[in-house]
Amino acid sequence: MADEQVAGAQSDAPDILVRVKAVDKVFKRGSEEVHVLGGLDLEIPRGEFLALMGPSGSGKSTLLNLIGGLDRPTEGQVEVGGQRIDKLSNRKLASWRARHVGLVFQFYNLMPVLTAQKNVELPLLLTPLSRSERKTHAVNALDIVGLANRNKHYPRQLSGGEQQRVGIARAIATDPTLLLCDEPTGDLDRKAGDEILDLLQALNREQGKTIIMVTHDIHAAARATRTLYLNKGQLTSEPIE
Amino acid sequence: MLNWIAQIISVTRFNLLSLPQRLGSSTAAVFGIAGVVAVMVAVLSIAQGIMKTMDNSVDEDRVIVLRSGANTEMMSGLSGEDTDLVAEAPGLVRDEDGVLASPELFVVINLPMRGTGTDANVPMRGVQPQAFKIRDDFQIVQGRMFEPGLNEVIVGSGALREFEGLEVGSTIEVAREYWPVVGVFESGGSLAETEIWVDAAVLQQAYRRGNSFQAVYARLTSSDAFQQFKDALTADPRLNVKPMRESEYYSSQSSTVTGLINGLGTLIAVIMGLGAIFGALNTMYTAVASRSREIATLRALGFRSSPVVISVLAESLLLAFVGGAIGAGLAWLFFDGYRAATLNWESFSQIAFSFAVTPQLLMLGIFFAMFIGLLGGLLPAIRAARQPVATALREL
Ligand SMILES: Nc1ncnc2c1ncn2[C@@H]1O[C@H](COP(=O)(O)OP(=O)(O)OP(=O)(O)O)[C@@H](O)[C@H]1O
Ligand SMILES: [Mg+2]
Repeated sequence: MADEQVAGAQSDAPDILVRVKAVDKVFKRGSEEVHVLGGLDLEIPRGEFLALMGPSGSGKSTLLNLIGGLDRPTEGQVEVGGQRIDKLSNRKLASWRARHVGLVFQFYNLMPVLTAQKNVELPLLLTPLSRSERKTHAVNALDIVGLANRNKHYPRQLSGGEQQRVGIARAIATDPTLLLCDEPTGDLDRKAGDEILDLLQALNREQGKTIIMVTHDIHAAARATRTLYLNKGQLTSEPIE
Repeated sequence: MLNWIAQIISVTRFNLLSLPQRLGSSTAAVFGIAGVVAVMVAVLSIAQGIMKTMDNSVDEDRVIVLRSGANTEMMSGLSGEDTDLVAEAPGLVRDEDGVLASPELFVVINLPMRGTGTDANVPMRGVQPQAFKIRDDFQIVQGRMFEPGLNEVIVGSGALREFEGLEVGSTIEVAREYWPVVGVFESGGSLAETEIWVDAAVLQQAYRRGNSFQAVYARLTSSDAFQQFKDALTADPRLNVKPMRESEYYSSQSSTVTGLINGLGTLIAVIMGLGAIFGALNTMYTAVASRSREIATLRALGFRSSPVVISVLAESLLLAFVGGAIGAGLAWLFFDGYRAATLNWESFSQIAFSFAVTPQLLMLGIFFAMFIGLLGGLLPAIRAARQPVATALREL
C-alpha cells in the first residue's frame, strides 16, 4: 500500500493528502474569545515530512488536532484524503481517526498496565483483525522501531526513548495514512531524540509515510522535508522575529 | 458490534488491571458501602425476625375470640357463659374430651430482665387442658407440667432466656403469692414461648376474677370453617364478641413494631446510602481523574465514549458488589439468629425473637450496594466521556 502511494505521487502532479482551507479556530474561555487560527490555508502533499514550528501558544497543537480529527474548526474546511473531516459526527470521526491517523505524543501516553506489545495492539482492537493478526502486526511494528526483543516489557521498564519508540510502533501498527507527532522529542535528551528522528525519517523515506511533526527544536525540524512557522494565526515559510 | 464489545472488554480489563494503583480510595469506598449495607441488613433483619416469630405463632386453623371493641387480650374480657357459648359455635374441632376451645386468662407481671436487671412486663396466661391441644407443637422440654389447682407455673423457653429467676426450682412472687417454677415449655418458636403459663382456675382466684376470662382460642375443623364460625357468633344476640383468625390477630399485633423498624431501617439506609453514594462518587472521580491520560489517549486513538463509560461503571459496580457482599456477609455473620426481645406495643409485654438475616435481605443489601455503585459511577463516567478529546488531551 505504501509503495502504491509513492508510485502515485511520482506519476501525478502533486498528490495533495491534506487540504486546510480558510480555517478559523476560536476558543471561548468564559466570556473571552481566543482567536488562535485565522484564515489559515495549508496543503500537504502525500509523502511529505512537514515540521511545524512557532512560539508557545501560537496554535501548533491546535492545527495538528484539526488535521487529525481530534477537534473541529470554527470556520473553514479540513480535507484529508479527499474527505471533509470537519463535517463528521463524533462517532464517525473516532472511527476515521482509528483508520487514518497515527498519533505520537510528547509524553508517549502508553498504558502503564499493558506490556509494550499490548500497547501496540491497542489501536488494532478497533480494526477487524483477528487476535493472531493483531499480534503479528504488533510484533512487526515493534520490529520496525527496533524493540522486537522488548515486547514483554512494561513501560516503566523502558527508557524514555524506548517508550517513545513503542509510541511510534503503536502509531504505525494500523498502517495509517497520516502520522501526527506533537513534540515527539520534547521530553528526550539529544541522543534519544536523534534516534526517534532517525526512525521518523526512515518511515517517511522508506515507507512513504506522510508525517506532520510539531517541534521547538531546529535540529529536529532540519530532518523534515519542509518546515512551516505558525505565527499570529497564520503559516509562513520563514520564521518571524 | 463485536468490535464494540471487544472495545468494552479491553477497556474494562485494563481499568481493572490498574485497580491496584488506586487501592486506597477503592478500599475506602468498598468498606463505606459494606458498612451501609451491614447496618441496613442488620436493622431490617430485626423486623424479619419479629415477623418470623409471629408467623411461627400463626396457624390458619386457629381462631381467637375477644370481646368486640378489644384489640388485644389485655383489653378484652369474657364471662364464663360467653366462653361456653363460643365453644358451642359450629365449625370447631371436637374430640373425646369435648370441643377444642380454650378460654384463657391473660395478666401481665413484672420480672427483672437478664443483663440489665430492669423490670419488664411478662405475660402470664391461665389455661385449661384444651390450650395444649390447640397449640399442636406444645411440649415440655424441662421439668414437668403444673398440677391443676396448685400455684405452679411453667415458663416458655423465650421467657426463661430473657428474664431472671425463671429456672426450674425457683419461685416467683405474683399477686402476693409464691409460685414455684416446675417446668419449661416450647411451642414451635411461637409467641407463647415468651409467656408464663398456669392453671386458669388458680390464676382467676389469685387475681379475684371470679369465673371470667379474656379470650377463647379455638381450633377450626378447617380453615374454610371460619366464616361459618364467625357468622354464628356475630349473629348470636347473647354474645358481643369479635372472632379473628390468628394470622389477622398477630399481624395487627406486630404491624406497629415491624412497621416502625422497617421505616427506621429504610431511613437509616437512605441516609447512610447518600453518604456512601458521595463516597463512591468521590472514589470514581478520583479513579477517572487518575486515569484521565489513559482515557483521553484511548479516545484519541479512536475508542468510542461508550466503552469508557461502561468500563468506569463496571469498575464502580464491581467495587459496590464487593462492598455489598462484605456488608451483607458481616450482617449475616454477626446478627443472624442474634436473640433479642422487644416490647409488644399492643400488649406492652415483651416479645422474644431472633434477628433473621434472610436470603432476600442479603439480596436486597447487595442490590442496594449496586445501586449506590451505579449512582456513584455514573456522573464521573459521563463526565469522562462527554469531555471533548482535544480538551481532555490538554488537561493531562
Ligand atoms: N481547548 C481549549 N480551550 C481554550 N483554549 C485553548 C484550548 N486549546 C488551546 N487553547 C488556546 O489556544 C492557544 C494555542 O494553543 P496550542 O496548544 O495550540 O499552542 P501550541 O502552539 O501547541 O503551544 P505549545 O508550543 O506550548 O504546545 C493557547 O492560547 C491556548 O491557551
Ligand atoms: Mg502544543
